[in-house]
Amino acid sequence: MALDQIFITRKFGPNAEQEMILNMGPQHPSTHGVLNFIVHADGEVMEKAVPEVGYLHRSLEKIGEMVSYAGFMPYSDRVDYLAAMFANEGWALAVEKLLGLEVPPRGQYLRAISCELNRIASHLIALGSTAMDIGAVTPFPYALRERESINDLIEALCGARLTYNYHRIGGVAYDVPPDWTPLCRAWLDHFEKVLDEFDRLISTNEIFLKRLAGLAVIPAAMAIDYGLSGPNLRASGVDFDLRKAHPYGAYPDFQFKAPIGRAYAGLSRGGKVGDCYDRYYCRVLECRESATIVRQALDKLPDGDFINPKAPKKAKPPAGETQSRVESVRGEMAYYVVSDGSERAYRLRVRTGSFTAMGIIEEVSKGLMIADLVALIASLDVVAPEIDR
Amino acid sequence: MQETLDRLIREVLHEDPQVWAGSWVVYAAALLAVGFGLTVFGALVAGLTSWWERRIAARMQSRIGPNRVGPQGTLQFLADALKLIVKEDLVPPESDQMLFRIAPYFVMTGFALTFVVLPFGYHLSATRMNVGLFYLIAVTALVVVGIMLSGWASNSKWALFGGMRAAAQVVSYEIPGGMLALVPILMAGSLDLHEIIRAQGGFPWDWFVFQTPWGFIAFFLFFATQLAEGNRTPFDLPEAESELVAGYMTEYSGIRFGYYFLAEWGNLWVMSAVISTLFLGGWQVPFVSAETLAGWEAAGTVPVAFYGVSTAVFVTKVVVLMNVIIWVRWTLPRIRVDQMMSVCWKYLVPIGMGLVLLAALTEVLSFQLFGDAAKGPAPLGTPRGALHLAFFAVAGAVPTVLFFRKIFRNIRLTGDRIDLTNW
Repeated sequence: MALDQIFITRKFGPNAEQEMILNMGPQHPSTHGVLNFIVHADGEVMEKAVPEVGYLHRSLEKIGEMVSYAGFMPYSDRVDYLAAMFANEGWALAVEKLLGLEVPPRGQYLRAISCELNRIASHLIALGSTAMDIGAVTPFPYALRERESINDLIEALCGARLTYNYHRIGGVAYDVPPDWTPLCRAWLDHFEKVLDEFDRLISTNEIFLKRLAGLAVIPAAMAIDYGLSGPNLRASGVDFDLRKAHPYGAYPDFQFKAPIGRAYAGLSRGGKVGDCYDRYYCRVLECRESATIVRQALDKLPDGDFINPKAPKKAKPPAGETQSRVESVRGEMAYYVVSDGSERAYRLRVRTGSFTAMGIIEEVSKGLMIADLVALIASLDVVAPEIDR
Repeated sequence: MQETLDRLIREVLHEDPQVWAGSWVVYAAALLAVGFGLTVFGALVAGLTSWWERRIAARMQSRIGPNRVGPQGTLQFLADALKLIVKEDLVPPESDQMLFRIAPYFVMTGFALTFVVLPFGYHLSATRMNVGLFYLIAVTALVVVGIMLSGWASNSKWALFGGMRAAAQVVSYEIPGGMLALVPILMAGSLDLHEIIRAQGGFPWDWFVFQTPWGFIAFFLFFATQLAEGNRTPFDLPEAESELVAGYMTEYSGIRFGYYFLAEWGNLWVMSAVISTLFLGGWQVPFVSAETLAGWEAAGTVPVAFYGVSTAVFVTKVVVLMNVIIWVRWTLPRIRVDQMMSVCWKYLVPIGMGLVLLAALTEVLSFQLFGDAAKGPAPLGTPRGALHLAFFAVAGAVPTVLFFRKIFRNIRLTGDRIDLTNW
């Protein structure tokens, strides 16, 4: 027996040969990187899709135990390359907790600004690729064009466009460059109009609505059971946002809403709370909210240090353990760090939103069609490196 | 075609080919030449369309598109074809070798044969068949045979999905497509494509779209069925890139892969030509009424310029329609398999039946009311002409104006501007 047959028999039992086993990925155009799904199909209808994770495992957590605390910052970029700011922030928060280090207000504001810009950038990719997986190609370049502007802004801020390495233990690496704030404000003015245009182009498109309405509904209880977080959880109608529930950094200073799912596709189209369209549209709304947060932060940006001058060159926290939680783009990102008093972490563990989102796919995909699986993956906005780390 | 050739030989050589001994050789050579010419035309149209679509898509997506090979990138398709020819023609070892190899030729044949009856202008088409439209529908069905064969022969699950989807889709949509084509056929009283065109006029209100509400509805539905038969977005399920990798052509490479694309882009021309023939007045030139044309024909003095002008009119309509199809493709998402089937069987088929019935009733009524004046394009002075003009104003002119107003409003709202300089 060939190796894959042994694998299939072990995985699905001896009757597996009677149904079509479709190996979707890791080289499939819409598996968002290197995901693999063993699709158990009867024609176009799936019995279930079983995610196989691990194709992008790079032992980031082990690396974290090998390098110094400050040295892990660039590695944390790679935890989630579409939202590297949040991985930076989570790591910085964890080490600051261990050290008992304060972050000056300006540093906190700059963190919030950079993170929210990054959130918009990452959501734009999610929205564009959802549209692309449904078959509309044009929204993707539209989204990517706006993301380029964000990349320009962030590049001016920290010199990098993808793996930012901007946050530091005790603050951020650089202050805002001169004339940066008006540029950012001008872009925000432009962006809010572009979001309207994006809505006209794809979000309110009848075919798009019909494809996503009522599809792969995740009820609130189920979402909580499976540990979903972030927009995926809020789309199911659970009002839980770490920025509000457990505020950190500068977030208590800002007025913003955490959009939750309300069957945005419309009940007449079969929309339900927690369907794919809710997950999609919550991200559109979150982009608007992030834009208002950036605006408020730019208005209130305090003077002073952007990094704590007492921040040690070589962090050597006392023995102990701690956990930091940030509301990342794909849900809660938590760093659990154990220190043994040396220059390196004794144990590091990262909790990411995409991993839990992958867990629910097997349950939700029952009875969907293959085309819907693609929409489901896209609506959960999973990113391969965040799953495997 | 034989008559045209005979006349040409008589006029140029002043000889009668009917008395020649080996006249069939001349006819066969002429047939070959015309066949070759049409195939080359089809290939050129497909190639240029591929470049044009990529440029349009690029503009819609804030990109530039292919602009390196030749002026503005017009020769890009030659470079692509050369690359595809030079590439290895890979046949998967576990596929059904023979079927895998011949499948693209079915697609190519189905595409090339349509040019036998397609009109290009006044009196310009390879043949005038009195069952032209019927032939066209029959021949295009050959394409789906090739697609299904390729899906089956590839021995790949993705290709199989694509092939089965294509079979289900194209076969289903031929039914409403045929029914909706009956509406203009009833209005024209002929299956001959040139006759259908001559039953319309040069002005928009003389076209079958704006003559009756049934023609108006049938036009849009027929457009949708044509998109489905040509596997264009939102009906591009057989090759659904994000779902099925590349659908039925997943395993193809080299020039066999190129054949599929040639047929797909060439089909754009075929679709647009059929739609413009059936509903948009074909090659009819404004200000040249049916009487004028009949007068010229009776006297044998059809101006040479009329051939050119009518061709230009026809090509303009076809190119506009092609652009609409491209525009639709780069705007809309794809529908799902079950939605595709339910749109066809739950909506298009019953509506198509109803439209055929209503069109037939309207024709009967029209003959009762207007007598012989109910046939052909109506001059504006007559009551029938006035009716057509009124319907055109309500259904054609007003929505167009509203549509453009909305577009300009949206452009203003975004703070954007129309910029055609960055070509």
